Amino acid sequence: MPGLDLYSAPAIDLHQRACPRPAPRLAYAGSLGMGRLSPARVEMHVLDNTQVERLEAEAVNSAKVRQPMYAARKKIFPKRATGNFRRFKWLVMAITLGIYYLTPWLRWDRGPFAPDQAVLLDLANRRFYFFFIEIWPQEFYYVAGLLIMAGVGLFLITSTIGRAWCGYTCPQTVWVDLFLVVERAIEGDRNARMKLDAGPWTARKLALRASKHAIWLGIGAATGGAWIFYFADAPTLVGELFTGTAAPVAYITVAVLTATTYTFGGLMREQVCTYMCPWPRIQAAMLDESSLTVTYNDWRGEPRSRHAKKVQAAGQSVGDCVDCNACVAVCPMGIDIRDGQQLECITCALCIDACDGVMGKLGRERGLISYATLSDYNANMMLATAGGSSSVNPSLVRTADGLFSDKVAHFHVSKIFRPRTYVYMGLWSLIGLGLLYSLLTRDRLQVNVLHDRNPQFVTLSDGSIRNGYTVKLLNMIPEPRIIVVTMQGLQGGEMSVVGDDIKAGRSFAIPVEPDRLKMLKVFVRQPADQIRGAAQTFTFRVEDKSSFEADEYTATFNAPEIAR
Amino acid sequence: MSDEHIDEISGVSTTGHEWDGIRELNNPLPRWWVITFYITIVWAIGYTIAYPAWPLLHSATKGLLGYSSRNEVRNELTAAEAAKGKYISAVASKSVSEIAADDGLREFAIAAGGAAFKVNCVQCHGSGAQGSKGFPNLNDDDWLWGGKAEQIQQTITHGIRFASDPDTRLSEMPAFGDIITADQIAQVGTYVASLSGKVQHAGLVEPGAKVFAENCVACHGDNAKGNKELGAPDLTDAIWLYGSGETAIATQVRAPKQGVMPAWGARLGETKVKELAVYIHSLGGGE
Repeated sequence: MPGLDLYSAPAIDLHQRACPRPAPRLAYAGSLGMGRLSPARVEMHVLDNTQVERLEAEAVNSAKVRQPMYAARKKIFPKRATGNFRRFKWLVMAITLGIYYLTPWLRWDRGPFAPDQAVLLDLANRRFYFFFIEIWPQEFYYVAGLLIMAGVGLFLITSTIGRAWCGYTCPQTVWVDLFLVVERAIEGDRNARMKLDAGPWTARKLALRASKHAIWLGIGAATGGAWIFYFADAPTLVGELFTGTAAPVAYITVAVLTATTYTFGGLMREQVCTYMCPWPRIQAAMLDESSLTVTYNDWRGEPRSRHAKKVQAAGQSVGDCVDCNACVAVCPMGIDIRDGQQLECITCALCIDACDGVMGKLGRERGLISYATLSDYNANMMLATAGGSSSVNPSLVRTADGLFSDKVAHFHVSKIFRPRTYVYMGLWSLIGLGLLYSLLTRDRLQVNVLHDRNPQFVTLSDGSIRNGYTVKLLNMIPEPRIIVVTMQGLQGGEMSVVGDDIKAGRSFAIPVEPDRLKMLKVFVRQPADQIRGAAQTFTFRVEDKSSFEADEYTATFNAPEIAR
Repeated sequence: MSDEHIDEISGVSTTGHEWDGIRELNNPLPRWWVITFYITIVWAIGYTIAYPAWPLLHSATKGLLGYSSRNEVRNELTAAEAAKGKYISAVASKSVSEIAADDGLREFAIAAGGAAFKVNCVQCHGSGAQGSKGFPNLNDDDWLWGGKAEQIQQTITHGIRFASDPDTRLSEMPAFGDIITADQIAQVGTYVASLSGKVQHAGLVEPGAKVFAENCVACHGDNAKGNKELGAPDLTDAIWLYGSGETAIATQVRAPKQGVMPAWGARLGETKVKELAVYIHSLGGGE
């Protein structure tokens, strides 16, 4: 079947486009067969005298080996990384998962007339509670405002520190990380998992796989379970959920979210980001040359060599990359960052940790893979290639004593602050301040009036004119109130309320239930001799005498053209 | 398709279509998409077996699940009736004043009565119950036959001048064109108009009062305030069913128009009539 080629386009390789790169070294590509580990290690011991182990790793989604569309997914077995970014990611994971699972259980006292759940989307009663804020459906613009802030915030984050959302806080990333923790705990790290996967189905394999999938399903169920607690009183619902008395929609929601969590986090993983998610593509368009991205600094890494000393002895230049594949082994997306910036890269920075570990062991500067801006990278690349006239020569970026030359561009935080950043920050703050101002000054007592249009007015037997109004009193706090309704203007006019034994007059007090709307049918009557024109305006004023809150509505009073 | 063309950059064959030098790559659709596509076909076949689908000569296949949209509507209506059941039985067992005094029941009756009004009454009384010439405005406080909820119920049940209902409200103002002279009619018309406003021919008022005393007080009363027992309108207020002013009143004296309202009791049933009465009573003029 013909189809447009959306997916198999070459990886976005900003670096390659911006700068000439050394000819790809393909010599090693075919030499990664099984069983060659020992000789390689021996050679490295002899030649480099280090403890760096060469890992058997191949970038599953590498541009060089990219498969046609119908190839089955190749499993990725990310190795556990250690380092600063991994520690940071553990922290982010703990915080985000903690927020997600624990928030519904936070309590917030709102008095006897409102739920005490700190965050609650009460769909049945159409109220949204967020700590001290309660919004009614017509105040949904606060949510819209927050979503716009989230959007602009993502622009800000992406334009400065790249795809940080993808790499650290996206639920897909966090849950896949969590699922990988389970997988590692049960099946072991990368090599053990690969061995298990390749091995025959034994009782042990069956037991390991079954327990892994069972725990994944458990996490999925807990994810779906936590979700529904945002929509009902959590302690009540958890009881109902386990006694089988909860609403069917609760079970359906849990089932759907269990299925999606298990499928996306356990089975599909990186494919969700690569094939399903539009965000990587949008973000790719938002990056510019001053955005931080995870970058393999081939201006110091190339020419890479596993046999540095032998090559050096032969008089050829050697870069810092020892081609140990540690960066590939830890990558949860199955790419080789050394191919350049790619659509698949979620910038989780685990390859930075892996490479920094290796560089540390080798006694070289960390940051062969690092967060770098394209402009810094390009400057350094020009330096290393003598203005693009040669292939990368690492000696050009170093002084005679092996240190980096002063000409090497290093990242400084000021580089990400540019007009674009300020525009995003300004916009974000402006919306935030606007929302805050609106929140602090909003009315918690409101009146809406609907004038009867059919008929507009009624002539009564004494010749006076009557107009009907539907008056809606909105008591938007969770406490009962006595609201005083007064009419201002309209000489001689009097109000009466249908269904209430309130004496006709210009003012009446009426109790309104907590957090509810009270709808009144009010008739206003004006004697014939007081009528001044076919349309007069007057004001409905509602007041809470105890809190001094008030609201007004200017209404029209219609009369026939010629009143008696 | 002519001879196969391979795209140089991607190494993928093209479909052979070319637009201004741009060729379409012949990449396959994603596998999951194709599988989903086939599943939808299988699903569609199963669906047409489970649900009514295939047209036959005079009908269509019924479907294994026995679903029909008519049944669904019927079930929904039954459920809606059941939900209204307790209100309807309460309306049936209580008097209209009792219904009007109960907040929840009144709200239900007003909603139900409003709906019934839109179907049965708007043709004459107007969609806002505002009436028109010859058809009373039900919003105001002027009632020919009484504005208490029970009186309204009685009027709706048996109608007005509705010949086939023996209990119908009946009044018949004689055509005074055959009884008194044209001058007297002009005089009494002016007199009656003067009771509620200014008149042009003030000189006719005094003789008109005499004509009124001789001919009209039996029904309209000494003070012209009317009589609800007889359906005789109050002639001193601002509301005129057939128009105000000397001429319009005189015309009505000479040859009165008299509207007919059908009896609704037998057609709508007692419960619906009660709901209508409560609704009309709530429009603002109820006594």
